[in-house]
Amino acid sequence: MTARVAIVGAGPAGIRAAETLVGAGLKPVVIDEGARAGGQIYRRPPPGFTRPPETLYGSEAPKARALHALFDGLVESGKVEHLAQSAVLGIDADGLNVLRPEGRQVVPYDRLIVATGATDRLAPVPGWQAAGVYSLGATQIALKAQGVALGQRLVLAGSGPLLTLVATQLLKAGADVAAVLDTASLGDQAAGAAGLLARPALALRGVAMRARLGRLYHAGVTLERIENDARGVTAIRWTSASGVESRTECDMVGLGWHLRAETQLAGLAGCAFDYSETWAQWLPRSDRLGRAAEGVYLAGDGLRILGADGAEVTGRLAAIACLQDLGLNAPDPVADLKRLVTLERFAHGIARAFPWPAAHLRALPDATVVCRCEGVTAGELRSVADYGGAEANRVKSLGRTSMGRCQGRYCQLAGAELIAAHANIDTPAVGRLRDQAPVRPAPVGAWVNPARTAGRPD
Amino acid sequence: MTPAPSPRVRRLAETGRAPVGFLIDGQPASALAGDTLLTAILANVPALRQSEFGPEPRAGFCLMGACQDCWVWQKDGPRLRACSTPVTDGLHILTQPPETWP
Repeated sequence: MTARVAIVGAGPAGIRAAETLVGAGLKPVVIDEGARAGGQIYRRPPPGFTRPPETLYGSEAPKARALHALFDGLVESGKVEHLAQSAVLGIDADGLNVLRPEGRQVVPYDRLIVATGATDRLAPVPGWQAAGVYSLGATQIALKAQGVALGQRLVLAGSGPLLTLVATQLLKAGADVAAVLDTASLGDQAAGAAGLLARPALALRGVAMRARLGRLYHAGVTLERIENDARGVTAIRWTSASGVESRTECDMVGLGWHLRAETQLAGLAGCAFDYSETWAQWLPRSDRLGRAAEGVYLAGDGLRILGADGAEVTGRLAAIACLQDLGLNAPDPVADLKRLVTLERFAHGIARAFPWPAAHLRALPDATVVCRCEGVTAGELRSVADYGGAEANRVKSLGRTSMGRCQGRYCQLAGAELIAAHANIDTPAVGRLRDQAPVRPAPVGAWVNPARTAGRPD
Repeated sequence: MTPAPSPRVRRLAETGRAPVGFLIDGQPASALAGDTLLTAILANVPALRQSEFGPEPRAGFCLMGACQDCWVWQKDGPRLRACSTPVTDGLHILTQPPETWP
């Protein structure tokens, strides 16, 4: 009997993992939330949209085209089973609990490859709960997959490669971008340069994009607050690197500080985690190929934050590890392992050049909303840490921060910094939030009604 | 004070798609085939719903199914995540929970 391998995620990592498994004669099942495979960076618009990949993905269009064609071909030829619009809610002894459009389904597996990617890494700015504040990723998805700007007059703020990229793409599409506010100083960016030179062509493209932003771009800013009225955002107040206070009118603010690995399923699958000082977040522990627990392999930004090119590499490596452990004929990983070293050098350069704004977070005024789902403020979080203890899960239980709609995806990193500063301990000592199923919301009916089991007669 | 019904999103491309008619809180609204509900609603009005924990309206946040900020109600049928649900002809969206909603 051939082994059943389940892959969660159909971005660049999941697609390359599937290709590698098919190459060894397996037929993996790929579960993905998207209607069409591609993931976030290579997300495809719905049918009926006409802009070509060159418009949507710029210099990365050939990679996007190749991945889309590869995956569509694998599905059409029956070599991969694709469960689209399907969210993995949790894992139990029978397999993956998957929420599909028609209800809950259990997907049994022998081996699991988790390629769940990343979201934007967010830091609260006073007023960020207002309508019209979005993540930078959201800003790019709106343009790429819907052809819209999320406001009439936009300000993009935060730091990381996406900040410059999204600003450039919006300008090219004709959006009104009022300012691009980078919390990384030019000194930070110079400190990262050595690492960025690991991929000189990519680094140069970033420099060229930055140049096109001209006077819209400001480095080393402090984001003071987002002003709003009953409709939503009206302006952002910020202080320049030289200390000049400014107010920029806008009806939309896009925020993001690079990426936060999406690790809940890895945690539920039994993976261990280490705090990464480089990325200021908890990342799963694995070997170089992505082996992370018994029969569990990780790939893509949910394992190492290397971006889309790195996801293709780690997707192949995870599948190779899986094939090796099954005793099947696996491709030689040497070339990809070598490529991984270069990608990691570049990624460390990125982390250094566009740092997480820990000092800003630690000094947030008490009135700032930290948990935007339930309106929990920095002051409430600090007082909970006082009476309940400076530990992430206790602060969550007692103060409800990280317990709302997003399940802590957008406030837990900021919360950890605030708790650490308040209790005068290191951020890793605050601990990591326990992973809780369901990792996506599910209607009660999906649990009450018995699940179907894939691949077995009812 | 009720905010004036002005659109939040601005269309920059792909405007030649077929029109779709739907309802927001009983008012007729128009969108384009292939719009997500989030795009469709915010092309007509500035918000998707009220925050249940604060005074501010909400208009979505991540657009990738991770934040769950954009759930809206229907006159008939289950709640919908606006960023990942396509708009369809005749859909009746409510930006406030229906009174019978538990």
